[in-house]
Amino acid sequence: MDPAITVDHVSKRFRLYKEKPESLKERIIRLGRNPYEEFWALRDVSLEVAHGETLGLIGQNGSGKSTLLKCISGILRPTSGSIRKSGRTAALLELGSGFHPDLTGRENVFLNASIIGLTKRDTARIFDDVVAFAELEEFIDLPVKHYSSGMYSRLAFAVAVNVEPELLLIDEVLAVGDEAFQRKCVQRIRQFQSEGRTILLVTHGVETVRQICDRAAVLDHGSLIALGEPGEAVLVFRDALLQREHTDEAAGADWRSHQQVRITGAEVEYLHPDRRHLLPGEPLRIRMTYDAPARVDDVVFAINIHDQQGNLLLGANTDSLGADPGSVEGPGEVVFEFEQVPLMGGIYEVSLGVHTHDGGVEYDHRAGEDVIEALSTGKVAGMVSFPIRAKVDPGS
Amino acid sequence: MAIEARTGSGPVTDVAARPNPWRRLVDVWRHRELLLNLVRKELKLKYKNSTLGFLWSLLNPALYLVVFYFVFQIVLGAGLPYFAIFFLAGLLPWNLFSTSLGSSTTSVVGNAGLVKKVWFPREILPLAAIGAALVHFFLQLIVLALALVIFRYPPSAEFCLLLPIALLTLLLFAAALGIGFAALNVYLRDTQHLLELVLLAWFWATPIVYQYTKISDRIGNWVLLNPMTSIVITFQRAIYNRTTYYDTTTKTTVGILPDESIWWYLRNLGIVGGCSLLLLVGALLLFGRLEDNFAEEL
Repeated sequence: MDPAITVDHVSKRFRLYKEKPESLKERIIRLGRNPYEEFWALRDVSLEVAHGETLGLIGQNGSGKSTLLKCISGILRPTSGSIRKSGRTAALLELGSGFHPDLTGRENVFLNASIIGLTKRDTARIFDDVVAFAELEEFIDLPVKHYSSGMYSRLAFAVAVNVEPELLLIDEVLAVGDEAFQRKCVQRIRQFQSEGRTILLVTHGVETVRQICDRAAVLDHGSLIALGEPGEAVLVFRDALLQREHTDEAAGADWRSHQQVRITGAEVEYLHPDRRHLLPGEPLRIRMTYDAPARVDDVVFAINIHDQQGNLLLGANTDSLGADPGSVEGPGEVVFEFEQVPLMGGIYEVSLGVHTHDGGVEYDHRAGEDVIEALSTGKVAGMVSFPIRAKVDPGS
Repeated sequence: MAIEARTGSGPVTDVAARPNPWRRLVDVWRHRELLLNLVRKELKLKYKNSTLGFLWSLLNPALYLVVFYFVFQIVLGAGLPYFAIFFLAGLLPWNLFSTSLGSSTTSVVGNAGLVKKVWFPREILPLAAIGAALVHFFLQLIVLALALVIFRYPPSAEFCLLLPIALLTLLLFAAALGIGFAALNVYLRDTQHLLELVLLAWFWATPIVYQYTKISDRIGNWVLLNPMTSIVITFQRAIYNRTTYYDTTTKTTVGILPDESIWWYLRNLGIVGGCSLLLLVGALLLFGRLEDNFAEEL
């Protein structure tokens, strides 16, 4: 079956005019020699979103993720490439998109729904649901210019999710509204997922991606640099972020040569050296070796353990564990010791890092190389083997 | 669950490709509900917070009527019988044309908020502007109808058959120009200002205040190069229904409208309609090209 969205070698060029001629006179005067810079917001991006899949698009500001979403929704036309999609699309690009301030909430709901392609009868059918979802029963006949930004966004979201789109495009909207409404939105998105609808979500929130998405794509400077499991994608995204920071700092020089503390190796040590896995409740040791060519006074070693979906299971560092090394110089070793690890059946990713106390400078990190492999005992199901015992009192 | 039915339903469309003019019209038709809603929105917003509301659109031709009656009939003594009827018969279609063009030209720029954030066939915006103008036209027709009743003035039943065709031709012509100008105006904001001047000149170049024969006597059928002339004289022929009048001061018979058959009028409309259709295809192609960067330019 065809995918829900096929993005095929899509590029988008913007022209940034230094002085933009607005009038005919200026245009004629400058005819043909209009100073502008070309800027590629998207470079040869290809990806597919399967029916019923939730894909997260992550990237820094200016990475092109919103441009891609706009191209998919049809608002912008790519300079080259093709985008194929099927089904009714609802897009939430910015909150209250398409709301007119002078019209009432009710009028805006009908206008908005007809933009998506609903008939009046369809809209009337879902109208009560929309209002109930937005919790705006008392205000629905007020012009929306009197709404608070929270009410505005609730109404916008309510319309988008109640028009039963086959394809929902969301840009950053989950970041607004109060917590209760956010939870409601996430819940509704989960319901969408269970109904087999397709969702494309642009977000800054790494946690959102981990929680909601089946897969994630990472854009950097307009290019697709990763597409895969949310956990992997998030790691790539962090890498890109890091590299950019370093290139910014060292003005393009290879940042790795400027590392003050380098992680030279790491190893996961199980209870039995001949067994390359862990049984629930067994102790574990993670050994990391480092090298500091010169003395470094501000240093913290950190460890994170993620599951395959990218959920953070544990995060700790030498500072929080009360093992501040003070200063380091030359090669050395850090050992994280777990008295017992209650993990069950699965592979867990270990990422290590060295940074300053305030986290402002990361000297080095190592991710995607070390894993903890855990087996199940079969006695209990799930991910964590809590120490558990059952007692049955048969009574008398 | 109806997941099976939902997945893969609906045609696969390439949103990155420019649709051809026919496809564009089909898209507009699919979004007709939106078109109606936007027309409604335009009307609502236009008279929001005004006490007289729709009465304003009736006052406009009424005022025009008073001014031109005074200037032409009393000051200049043009002497056309039932000048009010003659004038309104030409003014109303002209008003429809000029408001359509004026508001459709600014429609894309004026709805930047929508264009930047949601997708829908953008031609709907100029078309909605024309739709709103059409509603005003029908309201203003009430004024004309009242005038006919008050003066007990009989229009020509035969030529009235041409009115729907003339109206359609007018709308087609306005849509073609409006869609083209709306797209141009995004890039060249001068379009709207230039248009104001052009419309002013065009108004006087069209036999609305004066009669057709005043210029046709001098330049012959070249008058019909102005498409609005063919349309306006059809309205006048049907409603005003006189081709000549007897001037009591000079004791001569003066021509007002071409004394031709209904087929002659129909032929003129046909030519204008045909050209408008070609123009519309061109406008849609232009719109399609320029549309690529609307969201950036706005």
